[in-house]
Amino acid sequence: MSGQSAAAAAVADAHRREWALVLAATVRTAGDLDLAEECVQEAYAAALRSWPRDGVPGNPAAWLTTAARRRAIDVIRRELALRSKLPLLVEPEEAAADGAPDRLLDEEVEEPGDAVPDERLRLVFTCCHPALAPEAQLALTLRLVCGVPTGDVARALLVSEATMAARITRAKKKISGARIPYRVPRPAELPDRLRAVLGVIHLLFTTGHTAPSGAELVRAGLVERALHLARMLRELMPDEPEVRGLLALLLATDARRATRVDAAGRLLPLEEQDRARWDRAAIAEAHELVVAGLRGGMPGRYLLQAAIASLYAQAPSYEATDWAQAVLLYDRLLAVWPSPVVALNRAVPLAMVAGPEAALAQVEWLEREPGLAAYQYLPAVKADLLRRCGRAAEARQAYERALALTANEAERAFLRDRLAAVG
Amino acid sequence: MAQYAVLIYAGDSAHRSDATAQDTAPHDRHAEELERSGALLAAYALTPRDLATSVRGDVVTDGPFVDAKEIVAGFYLLEAPDLDAALAIARLNPACRLGGGVEVRPVAGGGFVRHPAG
Repeated sequence: MSGQSAAAAAVADAHRREWALVLAATVRTAGDLDLAEECVQEAYAAALRSWPRDGVPGNPAAWLTTAARRRAIDVIRRELALRSKLPLLVEPEEAAADGAPDRLLDEEVEEPGDAVPDERLRLVFTCCHPALAPEAQLALTLRLVCGVPTGDVARALLVSEATMAARITRAKKKISGARIPYRVPRPAELPDRLRAVLGVIHLLFTTGHTAPSGAELVRAGLVERALHLARMLRELMPDEPEVRGLLALLLATDARRATRVDAAGRLLPLEEQDRARWDRAAIAEAHELVVAGLRGGMPGRYLLQAAIASLYAQAPSYEATDWAQAVLLYDRLLAVWPSPVVALNRAVPLAMVAGPEAALAQVEWLEREPGLAAYQYLPAVKADLLRRCGRAAEARQAYERALALTANEAERAFLRDRLAAVG
Repeated sequence: MAQYAVLIYAGDSAHRSDATAQDTAPHDRHAEELERSGALLAAYALTPRDLATSVRGDVVTDGPFVDAKEIVAGFYLLEAPDLDAALAIARLNPACRLGGGVEVRPVAGGGFVRHPAG
């Protein structure tokens, strides 16, 4: 690799890994989400110019944070008299500890080290404030905490890019206009604020697990960030069963990461994956979390999803999977979380227990759900069931419909292969 | 510090002409609580929906402006450092326990123009 492309790769890597870190640190200097975001974007652009020339710095996050903060301080100084924006509410004691912008310039800029994960969590809790609409919480966290492009956020949440851009802008305006504070909630508020955060981390994981667009199936950075946030949350709330459940779900799902595509990058279905290459340590950790969580009474949606993922991951082979138990767990999951996506996923083990015709009837019933109208996995599941029922012409139609809705290149290749096999 | 308006929504105002001290007691107690908190800038209880008159365009009609199950039964102004602090106070309103609730709105501007004539 040339120095030029190595530096570009380093910038891309820093974007994937360090975005939240850099933004969260810059927010405290900028005192404003929009300004901080703009400055961080400019810092990455500056890195693209300077790293090929000067070399990749030893600590890219520190370099980027310094660049973003300097830019923020410049803007604040220049616009101090003109700024009409309300400042973001950083907790006073922390604002004091952080120092005034002027002092910051004269000092070594702090390494974004140990304090940074909490800083990121603060950003997550602010983005997940209940005064923001749930869909805005998800969008804002993906955009601001993870640096996911607005187009991908839109796809993950099944809305148009224009709608998503407007939603993010509106949410940011409410944070500053209504003075939603930039902090981790106090212990007493924490349980109430948790559900949205869990939902955000889960969506972050699914966005990373199957990237909504592009050639790469997995965006390891997003997956790892979701796992990291889930672990951090577990430290913060060790006795919360759903925090355990979420971490277990992510671990059990991610344990299969290495086997989800073959050497050529083609997507492999569960039955063709090499179980010997699954991450046994992650599967064991997930299993322990699930067992401990289920002991605690009424399980919530994440614990039940984790129990299902753990059941699949622990089966010695595809054929030996306890499909009946999976259907039972899906029934319990539907009782606490009546989501059409869950009902669709239930059709997969149901087909193994009751036959593809029974599962197909369920999927056809789900086609009436408006929320699933653009959900690419519905026609994909339907096509597979039709194929197994020997209805080739209809299966072909369903695969074509799934292809039309799918932007991920690995998934598209998989669907095209299946389509060709139907004949 | 910022100012927030808290709009109290209820099926109707507790302050009917024939209201007993018992009817308005939870609201009176809450008003005292608010005063002690030091956050309160102004507070108003309104009369029932029967006394409301609305003007839409140039048409005057009897009743609240929005025809809904709940009406604005009163409002007050708070001073609070942030939305969380304002919500913590607002959610103590008895309306939240009595089938209604509150809406919290940051104030853009305004204030007393003059004090009412005695």
